[in-house]
Amino acid sequence: MEKRIRVLVAKPGLDGHDRGAKVVARALRDAGFEVIYTGLRQTPEQITEAALQEDVNVVAMSLLSGAHNTLFPKVVNMVRDKGMKDVLIIGGGVIPDADIPGLKEAGVSAVFTPGTPTASIIEFIKSNVK
Amino acid sequence: MANETLKAKMAEYTAKVEKVAAKNPERQNLAHNRLYTPLDLEGFDYERDLGFPGDYPFTRGVQPTMYRGRFWTMRMYAGFSTAEESNKRYRYLLESGGTGLSCAFDLPTQIGYDSDDPIAEGEIGKVGVAIDTLKDMEILFDQIDLGKVSTSMTINAPAAVLLAMYIAVAEKQGVPADKLNGTIQNDILKEYAARGTYIFPPKPSMRLITNIFEYCSKNVPSWNTISISGYHIREAGSTASQEIAFTIADGIAYVDAAIKAGLNVDDFAGRLSFFWNAHNNVLEEVAKFRASRRVWAKVMKERFGAKNPKSWMLRVHTQTAGSMLTAQQPDNNIVRVALQTAAAVMGGTQSLHTNSKDEALALPTEDSVRIALRTQQIVAYESGLADVVDPLGGSYYVEALTDKIEKECWDYIKKIDDLGGAVAAIEKGYIQKEIQESAYKWQMDVESKQRIIVGVNQFQIKEKAPEGLLRVDAAVGEFQKNKLAKVKAERDNAAVKAKLAALEEACKDENKNLMPLILDAVKVYASLGEICGVMRKVFGEYEAHVSL
Repeated sequence: MEKRIRVLVAKPGLDGHDRGAKVVARALRDAGFEVIYTGLRQTPEQITEAALQEDVNVVAMSLLSGAHNTLFPKVVNMVRDKGMKDVLIIGGGVIPDADIPGLKEAGVSAVFTPGTPTASIIEFIKSNVK
Repeated sequence: MANETLKAKMAEYTAKVEKVAAKNPERQNLAHNRLYTPLDLEGFDYERDLGFPGDYPFTRGVQPTMYRGRFWTMRMYAGFSTAEESNKRYRYLLESGGTGLSCAFDLPTQIGYDSDDPIAEGEIGKVGVAIDTLKDMEILFDQIDLGKVSTSMTINAPAAVLLAMYIAVAEKQGVPADKLNGTIQNDILKEYAARGTYIFPPKPSMRLITNIFEYCSKNVPSWNTISISGYHIREAGSTASQEIAFTIADGIAYVDAAIKAGLNVDDFAGRLSFFWNAHNNVLEEVAKFRASRRVWAKVMKERFGAKNPKSWMLRVHTQTAGSMLTAQQPDNNIVRVALQTAAAVMGGTQSLHTNSKDEALALPTEDSVRIALRTQQIVAYESGLADVVDPLGGSYYVEALTDKIEKECWDYIKKIDDLGGAVAAIEKGYIQKEIQESAYKWQMDVESKQRIIVGVNQFQIKEKAPEGLLRVDAAVGEFQKNKLAKVKAERDNAAVKAKLAALEEACKDENKNLMPLILDAVKVYASLGEICGVMRKVFGEYEAHVSL
């Protein structure tokens, strides 16, 4: 049997708005992924640790507070430093278009902004996970 | 037997309509009936169910004349970056005809951390203004007469600290505490259920809240000591009925806690206020506002035996639904906000914040805030909606819907009572689960196009990237840290230590009211992080119940 894709859904920073994270987590689970949700206020260290412990294929971060430029790249660097070279890292939330190229350069593979159907996220993960 | 005739006519109409609908099918999945008639209001009793505005059960509003004498307070939520920047925005809003202030604090402030705490990195000044010490609060209200303006502060876990800072600033301006008007949100239960900016576990949090009730009833009598908030519950994805049901259940928990702490219900109930969301479905929202007033009046009179009519009134601030704004074609949001404004006004709100068109993308710019405020002014002065009290009262549809929402609300309250009240229901994850279910259903309805969102899943266009969005300068963090370091160097550190030690001792004694001690600490420039740190040490921190 093929191993199921494992996704860590994470809320970095202090932002408490997790409607999007939870809806995405549930949609991914309904699509057949194994989903671990970290809960709120996770530091980049905690997210990295969870990704390692849970041996995930994907880290999906959600942030609405505007701290994405600080926190997303931090998570990417820590995850890579821990040797998780193949883990797909994606982000979502209220993220200005102007910030997306910078985030991609920092190693976030895709950024999903408000109005994205969960189906697009599922499709993206299926096509890009290693 | 007029009803028999009407029933027969209704049957005739339905038969006819079904033939028409067979040829031209109606849209599917519509939430409400096709048509409402007196048949939907069986047993309706005007005096019992509606009464007159300003009278029990307040279905038609809490004041006898509503907006004919005075419009609702137009209170725009604002705050970003530093106290210096936010002070400019407040003064701009007051000069533009805003009639109250509403402060947004950044996340570190809301969770009780100073700007120099490592956990605050990247978050300083982002979703609101950063407040570390009384110094920031003095700057925030510079040249704003706190004796004249009313201020609402969206602050929950550290509400006691921010209220103390406000009282201290007023004192410096020469305004006594009994002349202060405003509201602190101070609603911790919805933080556990829907918004996430909690600090302490429920028990000490409830103590802080009842301490505030008691302190204010004696010292700051015109202050609204809590704004029991459905807004965030709705933003997290609940339905209209869930929004008011879970919020009123929270309200019951606060009143219970205060009575248990030895307070007399009529001494504090008149200062409880509520906070609703104005969502897209205009008439459902109007019915929700009306139903909520009726439920709360019954709760206060029948369940808690309050005697003062002021204790029975559900007074409400409203904000239009941020989660209904779209990043796509943001100008469309102006229309959404106008409809939501109409709903709030026809529903009888006492105060209103209208969101700006660009808020699905960033914090609003000065221009977009002005349009949002102008929307309220146009509804107030030009639309006629504010000329008549409860203009939709008597509409078959709105009355039937008011009854339906009220019934759904009571069903939830009973279920929550059976679980042991709102605190227990939240600890068991029940309320979170119900909200998540509704949020997921909404998303699936949008994806399957059973629910259309203009510009998102239909009527899309190719769009250029939006321009001119507000960005908070990354240098704010450093600026704020330096300011805090300066305050810490210049203040009387021995006094700070003494006041914090006294607070710590008081935290350990459940019978002590913490407000006077927090006020003492604030006045010697102890920081928010230091004060919350002391309370964290004694009270511990809340660990969320995570479930999907």
